[in-house]
Formats: sequence, structure tokens, C-alpha cells
Amino acid sequence: MKKRITVLMIITILVLSTVLAGCNAGGTTATTAAPAAVIKIGVIGPLTGDYSQYGVAVEEGAKLAAEEINAAGGINGAMVEIIAYDSKGDKTEGVNAYNRLRDQDKIVGLVGGTFSGVTLAIKEIAVEDGMPVLTPTATNLEVTLNAPNVFRACYTDPQQGSTAAIFAAEELGAKKAAVLYNIEDPYSEGLAVAFRDQFATTGTITNYEGYTKNDADFKSVLTKIQALDPDVIWLPDYIAKVGVILAQIQEMGIEVIAMGGDGWDGIEYDYADVAEGHYFVNHYAKTDPAEIVQDFIVAYEAKWSKSPNALAALGYDSTKIMADAIRRAGTTESAAVVTALAATDMDGVAGHVTFDENGDPNKSITIIQVINGEHVVAGKVGGN
Amino acid sequence: MNIFLQQLINGLSVGSIYAVIALGYTMVYGIIRLINFAHGDIMMMGAYFAFITVFATGMPFYMVLIVSMVLAAVLGVTIESLAYKPLRKAPRISALITAIGMSLFLQNLALVIFRADPKIMPAIIPKRPIMIGPIQIGTVTITTIALSIFFMVLLDFFVKKTKPGKSMRAVSEDKEASILMGINVNKTISITFAIGSALGALGGVLYSVAYTQVFPTMGVMPGLKAFVAAVFGGIGLIPGAMLGGFVIGMIETITKAYISSQWSDAIVFGILIIVLLIKPTGILGKNEREKV
Repeated sequence: MKKRITVLMIITILVLSTVLAGCNAGGTTATTAAPAAVIKIGVIGPLTGDYSQYGVAVEEGAKLAAEEINAAGGINGAMVEIIAYDSKGDKTEGVNAYNRLRDQDKIVGLVGGTFSGVTLAIKEIAVEDGMPVLTPTATNLEVTLNAPNVFRACYTDPQQGSTAAIFAAEELGAKKAAVLYNIEDPYSEGLAVAFRDQFATTGTITNYEGYTKNDADFKSVLTKIQALDPDVIWLPDYIAKVGVILAQIQEMGIEVIAMGGDGWDGIEYDYADVAEGHYFVNHYAKTDPAEIVQDFIVAYEAKWSKSPNALAALGYDSTKIMADAIRRAGTTESAAVVTALAATDMDGVAGHVTFDENGDPNKSITIIQVINGEHVVAGKVGGN
Repeated sequence: MNIFLQQLINGLSVGSIYAVIALGYTMVYGIIRLINFAHGDIMMMGAYFAFITVFATGMPFYMVLIVSMVLAAVLGVTIESLAYKPLRKAPRISALITAIGMSLFLQNLALVIFRADPKIMPAIIPKRPIMIGPIQIGTVTITTIALSIFFMVLLDFFVKKTKPGKSMRAVSEDKEASILMGINVNKTISITFAIGSALGALGGVLYSVAYTQVFPTMGVMPGLKAFVAAVFGGIGLIPGAMLGGFVIGMIETITKAYISSQWSDAIVFGILIIVLLIKPTGILGKNEREKV
């Protein structure tokens, strides 16, 4: 244990030193380009540990956006600098990171946090500070409530659940649907409830079944679902579980269309064959022919040598939205930037964004079908 | 009716995996009175051995199975000689704690080597449904049931008809007397660990093929259920482990099918408590101590 702490400390020091070194380097170039004008935007996300893939994606998206903004002359001549701190997915760490960004780095706005839990913790302090906060990825409904300065760039859990239900009923012509969700995960349950409530208005819910996170055998539940012959099965969980369920659906030869939420993003890497033909709701589609999407993918792959996921797209969009608001505000003063954020009206990789009175986006939701291991846009449903 | 039959087959497939894992618990307990808590993790290592073999060589399913079972047998014997043998004269609680330590060691070793993210087991058995009469059954389900029953019959034959099997039974009845009879106790214990671990690996491979994933903590839940199965049937008894495995798997499946998924574990463990209250030695257990 002691050894682990030492290792962690060394890692933290190393990470910090690279981040700080990066800051210095960025600072110097910025000074030569536009003297004394650097606008700092903070990013908070899990950059190390089990969930690092999520935070790193947001950070990389944000840095790419900053680079593009700077290449185009910055914000009213000032260079944008991204300062990313690690939350490790932990609330206390997230709040510490926020305090450091505010006091030490004097950021103008925050793009973060990445997880709903951390963002909710930061929100409490940020509301008092009046700090402009735009979370790229926190989907929990509470995040933007009673917080005039907190916005989000992604849709909420209820929005994606009900959108999927509408799509199933209208586009797939489904009359009967089964729901199979993880009772131990609020994300999964939130999506299950939203889907059920919406679908029940036009069709029948044949099964509404929960499972626990240790469950691996779904054959008995699937046999039960198969007997009632639903048109669609709603599986709102993350890839690791969805893959197991889909593999058993395939093995049992059940003819049903499976649908899921943004937790399915990336399912084609490990489960392309079992996910074939099924649908999920996502923030953007990699195969969307829109110019803004394709340009983003090319730039991201060139800079980071990997394919961007939805979180990277949202990190990128959020940074652009924040920069746009600062530009329109014409000042780095918090209140003015918040007002400008509220008036946002721009195109992003993950759809056109305007904010409602809570700070939630009115944006289109993309429905993706997995065909030959590729994402194919099956539909785009307009905001709200 | 067809649905009920189908659920019975589902239960049989889940139960047969528990049964082969439970055999490892019960054999080791029968011979050295040790609850080998590392057994679930040997099952996990068996699944990783299979995963590596598939990736490194692309061998067919039965070869992968054999390689994994042999490697797991070697691992089991090594663990026994390094960790349990020095404690054979020590109080039983010391060996039990060592077994728990070994379990955590194996889990963390896998965590360091393979990382926490689940590895995806390639579909080495082509997955598709087969119609048998009116019921539709998956290929993996059939393979699981068939292989488990095959190895159980093989084990039964080994224990009853062969010389090493006979010495296993002798050692489990009375270790001191077996020594006097000229039985090599150490060798017999090693053989028991080898067979138990190989069966654990069989369970691990079947489990990972059926549920597509291999990860460091995958042995915990099936290991616990198999342990329950072994106790349920009467720990130390080979037929007890098989019966216990099938019964536990069946109860679990029927609960999920006709009551609720969320209740299945509670009901399984609840039934265990009731059985142990009524018959503390398990269903097949005799009421005399330390006999097999």
C-alpha cells in the first residue's frame, strides 16, 4: 500500500511537472504572438486511473480546439491556453482541481467536469463564484438546475431515453418493447425509466427487467423476453455488459432489434459482430458526412493518432462554445461571459447548439446503426 | 411448456459450470480439509490461459481447452507445494487464511499483468441456435453441458476404478492409515490439486466462452456460488458437488425466469441457509464427521 502511494505520488509529480512545463512553454509562445494576452480555460476530468480514457478524450478535444482557435488568431487577439487537471473521477480531487484553477491559474471559464458526480460537487462552489462553467459530458439532470452560470454541451439522460423510444415507435414501427437495465447504476436506470415512460404512450412494454452488475447469465431472462416477442429491446448500459447480453441474444437466435444509449459508443471495437444491425443514441456519428464533423475527425487523428470518441467531440465543441462566448462578451469578466454563453447559437461537431433557460442544450440527437462494424447515421432527431 | 423446458436447459448449463468448479473445492476439502478459496481464481487463470492460447496460436477449441487445463493443473500443484504444504501440520485456520491470501495474490497478479479492462474472448465455438425438437438451444449451451458431463463421468471412473483414484479415497478417509498402507500421500494430494485445478480451468474456459469476457475478478462470483454448491451437496463428496452445482444453477435460473432477477442471489443463499439448518452436512452428507 505504502509503495502504491509512493508510486502514485511520483506519477502525480511527473504529470504535474509536464503540465506545468506545458504551461510555461505555452505562455512563452503566447507572449511572443500577442503580448500579455492569454485566456486560460480550465479542463477537469479523470486523466489517470480506471476512467482515464474519458477525461483524456475531453482534454485532447479541448486542446485541439484551442490550437485551431489560436491558429485563426485567437480570441480578439488573445491566445487560448488549456489547463487540464486530474479529478481521478473523485469529487474531492475535482473540487481541489477547481480551486487551483480559479486561484492559481485564474481561468476565465471552465470546461468540465467530465463526470456528473464531480460536476455536481464543483457546481456548488462555482455557483457562488459566478464562474462560467460548461460541462461537456455530465448528463445528470441536476447539473444545470438552479445554476445560472452552469451550462452543458451534451443532452440529458431523460432526453436520450425518450428520443430512443420515439425513434423506435416512429422509425422502426415498434409496437412492443422490452427493457433490460442495470439496477445498480443510476445512469442505466434513468435511461430505462425515460424509455419506458415515453414508449408506453404509443406501445406496450412487454418486460421491464433489472439485473445486477455481477450478473453474467442472461439466458433465463432472455428466454422470458423471447416468449413475449417484443420488436425492440432497450439495453441502456455500458459496452462491457451490453456486449455480453448481445452475444447471448445472438447465440439464442432471438429476432429483436436492440437499442441503447451513449454508453454504447465504441461498441464496434470489441463487439462488432453481435452489435450488427442494432441501434444506439449518440452525441455524434463518425460517419456523419457534414463538413464540420469530417474536418474534426481528420484534425483529431492527425494530432492524436487515434479516432475521436463522442467525449472528445464534446470536449472540442465545449471549448469552441466557451471561446465564442468570451469573444462575444468582449471581456473576460465572468458575468458578461455567462450572459454571452446563454446567448450561444452555433454549429458544433455534435450538432447545432442553443441553450434553454436551465443551460441545457437544444440540440439534435443522432441515432446510429451499426452496419459492417461502422457507425451509420439512421436518424437525427431535433432538439426537444 | 417449451419455455419451461428451455429454462431447464438454461439452468442445466449454468449449473454444469458451477458443478465442475465445485468439484475442485470438494476434492481438495475431502483430502486435506482445506477450503481452497483460491480455486475461483485458478478458474480465472484458466480463462486467461485459454485467452492467451487462442491469441498466440489460434488453435481450435478442444486444443485450447487441453492447454488451459494442463497449465491450470501445473499452477494448482505449484500453489499447493509452495503455499499449503508447509502448513499441513499447522492449525486449519492458518491454511484457510493462506488460501484467502493466495486468492487475492492471484487476482492482483492478473490485474498487474492483464489490467482491469475485460478482455474479449474470441468466439472459438461458433455461436448459433440449434433446434432440438421444439426447443431452440445455443451451441455454447450444449457444448457446456456436454463437456461438463463428460468430465464428470471421467472423474467418477478415475476415482472409482483407477489406482490413484483409490489412493485418493484412502487418503481422504484416513491419512495416517494410508501412510501405513504404503500410499504416497504427497503425490496423491498433488494429483488431487492437479485434477481439481484442471476442472476449475474447464469451468473458466466454458464461462469465458459463454459470457465473452475474461477479467481479473471473474472468478469471485462463480467461485462463491460453486463453494455454496459444494457445501449444499455435502462438502468432501464428489457426487454432492455435482448435485449441488446443478441444483444451485437450476434454482438461480428458475428464480430469474419466474420470480425476479434481482432476487436470484438472495433466494440461492437463503435456500443454502435452510438446507444447512436442517442438514448441516449437506444433502448427501452423512452425519458422521471426517468421512467421505
